[in-house]
Amino acid sequence: MARLLDIENLTVSFPTPRGRAEVVKGISFTLGRERLGIVGESGSGKSMTGRSILKLIRPPGRVTADRMTFDGIDLTTQSERDMRDIRGARISMVMQDPKFSLNPVMTVGEQIAEALVTHKKLPRREIDERVIAMLEAVRIDDPARVAGLYPHEVSGGMGQRVMIAMMLIPEPDLLIADEPTSALDVSVQAQVLDIIDDLVRDKGMGLILISHDLNLVSRYCDRILVMNAGTIVEECAAGQLENATHPYTRGLLAAMPTIDEAREELPVLDRTLWAGT
Amino acid sequence: MSAITLSDLDISYGDTKVVHAINLDIAEGESFALVGESGSGKSTVLRAISGLAPDWEGRISVLGKARSHGVDRQVARHCQMVFQDPYGSLHPRKTVDATLSEPLAVHGLSNRGPRVEAMLAAVGLDRRFRFRFPHQLSGGQRQRVAIARALMLEPKIMLLDEPTSALDVSVQAEILNLLKRLRREQGLTYLLVTHNLPVVSFLCDRLAVMRHGRIVEVASVAQLKAGALVEPYSKELLAASGGHAQTVST
Repeated sequence: MARLLDIENLTVSFPTPRGRAEVVKGISFTLGRERLGIVGESGSGKSMTGRSILKLIRPPGRVTADRMTFDGIDLTTQSERDMRDIRGARISMVMQDPKFSLNPVMTVGEQIAEALVTHKKLPRREIDERVIAMLEAVRIDDPARVAGLYPHEVSGGMGQRVMIAMMLIPEPDLLIADEPTSALDVSVQAQVLDIIDDLVRDKGMGLILISHDLNLVSRYCDRILVMNAGTIVEECAAGQLENATHPYTRGLLAAMPTIDEAREELPVLDRTLWAGT
Repeated sequence: MSAITLSDLDISYGDTKVVHAINLDIAEGESFALVGESGSGKSTVLRAISGLAPDWEGRISVLGKARSHGVDRQVARHCQMVFQDPYGSLHPRKTVDATLSEPLAVHGLSNRGPRVEAMLAAVGLDRRFRFRFPHQLSGGQRQRVAIARALMLEPKIMLLDEPTSALDVSVQAEILNLLKRLRREQGLTYLLVTHNLPVVSFLCDRLAVMRHGRIVEVASVAQLKAGALVEPYSKELLAASGGHAQTVST
């Protein structure tokens, strides 16, 4: 499989009064046209990993890597101007909360069109058609009406679908979804992930799904990286999650209550073993 | 005696009626869950009981006494609420000590210092956290403070509004264990609002499924565990989170 993304020794650090704090400590991984899940708790560095691929970490944060290539392009040497051609067009990112990530003073249709217009020159009529088609693809009923609504007029699940539409309309090669469903209801979560899943499969894109929910990731990904305190502690195929060996992964799995819970007490992670989280 | 009885309860926000004709009876010492999607009115029921949504009709009784529409000190004394987001529910410029002492001051209780210390110990927080501000605590520690604040008046009923959904999985396990232990030690009654069915399975005895402001089904947790919910909507909810359970057990 052709490598879409190749990352070696990625480090992200931020300055603190006591020297620089490394939030991602030299991780390496590769990605083909597959679905990769990155799992970890708050502060494990999973979102920072996603953001550093798009070079979205601003000073004083600092990103270093021995190698960071995307489809043959060396991301570490790209200028801001070059990155603008990559962001959205080649790699795009779905954020956690539609409430804060959509522009409140633009209609849904305008925002989706903007993603397209920025990267391609197309006649107005075709843009409108593609916006409507994209809204249909994310399973929004009556797309013509929804395109004219403002973000506050749509529900959370719909807002997240609008964001997915916006991110997929330039047909990127890689989609980074950073906790795309944690602001949504359980029943809507499955719908949104199914949509992402279908679109990613149809278009043969690469997907990085960042989440704190082990089970969710194991359902929607081929491969899983488990992160803790800035390092990758375990890498496994999604189906092999129960056979995970690292104590942190096992601890996370055990700490989750199940629907037929019979345990009197849930096992708790001993945090002293992994100082820093 | 029933801890909470709701009869023909309608709750409105302005002109919009969001909860329709709720009838519920929760026994003392029981742990009861309200589940449903966002907008189903489950949190609104808690808010009406605690007095935060005063625009209701029908009858709410707490420990056998009817609740008034205004500020009800007796209800506040016996019935306390823990909110979803520990980042938003604690006053950012008050220390843990001030937060925990406030309910005592409001209700004119003395012996505040020792009570605060005892409560910190009960929720598993070290003494050194007493004079810290919320921003100096982690999410799990803040939720512990929020639970301690609710327990300061030694209430009999705790209203829990998604107490763990803003927390990490491993921290959620700690808080769920804490809630279970506190209930056992102090004989508390819980009314829990959540959309996480595994949490219900761990912490509760009975549940009610809500949709569009109405109760669709009341079931026991044994039924939930066996997957024997009757209504199609409850089954749908179970299927949406049931996938989680399957991937764990298989």
